[in-house]
Amino acid sequence: MSSAPVLELKNLSIGLPKGSDRADAVREVSLSVAPGEIVCLVGESGSGKSVIAFGTMGLLPKGLPVRAGSRIALQGEDLVHVNEDRLRELRCTRMGMIFQEPMTALNPVMRCGDQIDEVLAEHTRLGPGERRRRILAMIEQVHLPDPQRMYGSYPHQLSGGQRQRIMIAMALVLEPALLIADEPTTALDVTTQAQILRLIKELQAKAGTGVLFITHDFGVVAEIADRVAVLKHGVLVEMGPTEQVLKTPQHEYTRMLIASVPSHDPPERTRPAATGQPVVLHTDKLVKTYGHRGLFGGHKVAAVRDVSFEIRRGETLGIVGESGSGKSTVARCIARLIDPTEGSILLSGTDIASMPNGRLRGLRRKIQIVFQDPYRSLNPRRTVGESIVEGPMNYGATAAEAQARARKLMELVRLDPDALDRYPHQFSGGQRQRICIARALAMEPELLIADEAVSALDVSVQAQVLRLLADIRDQLNLAMLFITHDLRVAAQVCDEVAVMSKGQIVEHGPTRQVFGAPQHAYTRALFEAAPGRHFDFGRAG
Amino acid sequence: MADAAAPPLTEAPDLKASKPGVGRRLLRNPSVLIGGFLILLIAAVGLLAPLLTPIDPAAINPTNRNKLPGFETTERDDEGNKVTRVARMGTDSLGRDIYARVLYGARVSLTVGLAVAALSVAIGLGIGLVAGYFRALDGVIMRVMDGLMAIPGILVAIALVSLSGASLLTVIVAVMIPDIPRVVRLVRAIVLSIREEPYVEAAISVGTPTPKILWRHVLPNTIAPLIVQATFTAGAAILLEAALSFLGVGIPPEIPTWGNIMAEGRTAFQLYPHNILYPAAFLTVTVLAVNMLGDGLRDTLDPRMAKRV
Repeated sequence: MSSAPVLELKNLSIGLPKGSDRADAVREVSLSVAPGEIVCLVGESGSGKSVIAFGTMGLLPKGLPVRAGSRIALQGEDLVHVNEDRLRELRCTRMGMIFQEPMTALNPVMRCGDQIDEVLAEHTRLGPGERRRRILAMIEQVHLPDPQRMYGSYPHQLSGGQRQRIMIAMALVLEPALLIADEPTTALDVTTQAQILRLIKELQAKAGTGVLFITHDFGVVAEIADRVAVLKHGVLVEMGPTEQVLKTPQHEYTRMLIASVPSHDPPERTRPAATGQPVVLHTDKLVKTYGHRGLFGGHKVAAVRDVSFEIRRGETLGIVGESGSGKSTVARCIARLIDPTEGSILLSGTDIASMPNGRLRGLRRKIQIVFQDPYRSLNPRRTVGESIVEGPMNYGATAAEAQARARKLMELVRLDPDALDRYPHQFSGGQRQRICIARALAMEPELLIADEAVSALDVSVQAQVLRLLADIRDQLNLAMLFITHDLRVAAQVCDEVAVMSKGQIVEHGPTRQVFGAPQHAYTRALFEAAPGRHFDFGRAG
Repeated sequence: MADAAAPPLTEAPDLKASKPGVGRRLLRNPSVLIGGFLILLIAAVGLLAPLLTPIDPAAINPTNRNKLPGFETTERDDEGNKVTRVARMGTDSLGRDIYARVLYGARVSLTVGLAVAALSVAIGLGIGLVAGYFRALDGVIMRVMDGLMAIPGILVAIALVSLSGASLLTVIVAVMIPDIPRVVRLVRAIVLSIREEPYVEAAISVGTPTPKILWRHVLPNTIAPLIVQATFTAGAAILLEAALSFLGVGIPPEIPTWGNIMAEGRTAFQLYPHNILYPAAFLTVTVLAVNMLGDGLRDTLDPRMAKRV
């Protein structure tokens, strides 16, 4: 593209406060976005990608100063030394931004239409009638149904995808030359994500907007980007056209990142089939309804309806589905963190579905669960050693025995056993997740439930934890229930998958079969929506 | 998957520079320092009252009624020696020495503040933990608490005094009862959020018995907010005790408290303002000091409530 760039960053350095793990959040980053171009900024958490976005918008907090010698130019106009009034004028009129979390980015007590109207009233001299006409046209452009009704709706009345569309409408209503999208689809389900990506592409192509798109997901990159910039610890390590970077990455870090992205194709199963093994867990017509009985009759919502499956020793069953599909509710019923409404849960033949807590206690150790959020799964006030030995000591192990076992488990999850007396905040997210796995394994469970256990982790760390889980399953011959929304992850670790939608299993079968020839319409739609599906990750490098 | 991603056999966590400890942060906070110092000073005054004045706070001296501060009397002590006594803060309508009464009054105020804070936190903590963790009991407990909160503290005190007579214990109980629901609400709110934390669920699934879960995983989270709540409770309790004594429904009149010293001086306030001003000044400084300490503790212990700098 020959025209002058919309956004040009030259030697951009942004400092961090004293005492941080490095001196600069971003160091000497140079990149440009041409009109009508989508540039993806990719990196793991802490790589400084959002700092660049906020720096460009002039929204950095005081602790993060733009260093001397940096240049940020929007259509040739310097943004580093411009005053606050001019910046405020430029935001929205010449550059717009959309954020990750559409619920918190919108004001919950203002109608959506009025929020867009605020932008117009502030930056244009249009009359109320003309503004309303423009807003309704914009709402229509982002493909929201019934623009009149949307105009008068409050954010909580809309779904996540609809809210993100309102955000996009707000960012683009003044037809800015530059759109900055900071992980706009990360909080959304995969089918919604596909729609939003398509929308951004469509609007951008129509108006010739330059887009700086920030993401950690290489699937999204493959889907949307014209060019890719890879950030590592605030340094731009590689930049180039999407095809080139994804297929023939030059930098070692890029190669590692791309290799860590799980492939969408399930691998050939090399382990012996588990058919001869005993059934560890069997659920039969499991039902969980939420609701309350009121004086005048309550209302009920079925979170899980008639879910039946079995898992054998040494086998991994994946449950995949979008948010609200009931997959986590199934996991929590099986771990008896919540009580199922109906149905049975047979653990090695014993029904635990309605067992009272007293009798259940002896059986709890056989089912262990690893949660999604590594920052909240460990009590911050207790050392990791205390967290790991808690379970065994509940069942009568002496402190010395439990300690010895904890040291062995730390080695098993590849952490230094001497770190047992450290506190959780001294570990990274991936390390904490491994500690949680060690805590679960300390109970010598027969069934390990991983409830979105790798979803909060960066892709390279995710690959390590997945490998660790597979190793452990094979070494200890565990049955594993793997709950995830990420189809790529499911494809890699699961022997069988069950696809859940609206509380029901709509399709269930061996992973290769389900991924190779999905039968149910919902499964097909889900796979169709997976970003970068046509792109073969996990093989490169 | 590439070998580049393979982790080393074992990893040690990074040792991050730790933030200054709670103790050091407390000592850096001026409100904590000033408030704490003043409270210690007043506590010392109360405890050392017999050393600071030889005068009996309850001794009535009809000849020296309503004397102004600085009034001197010459008396003979038990051994017959002449001693000169100065009524530094004057005397009241019965000729009692206000300086001595104010010093001894500090004992009652601080005792009431401390006892009410400690008892209401202890009782409220127990009830709050139960209400927050055992959902079946929550509705019943909280409705009872709502009921308690609706009763004005002064009415409770008057009712209790008429039932069991005026005493220090009655006052402490009367002041404490309306404070318990506040602590219960605070603790319950914390428990409700903590019990949803994955680490509590993890503890359930490794078979930790419920009392241990409450003690180990839930209780520590309530300590910092409770310390803060306790200081504010103490401040309010000192004030309420003074109000009760002032109204004559609190501590029996033979025990000097700041409240009943002021009540004594009320009728002759325009002629002899010192009867009220000295105890009032002590009361004000004490409550101010306790509240300053509470503010400082809140800013240091509960960063969510601290004002942004």
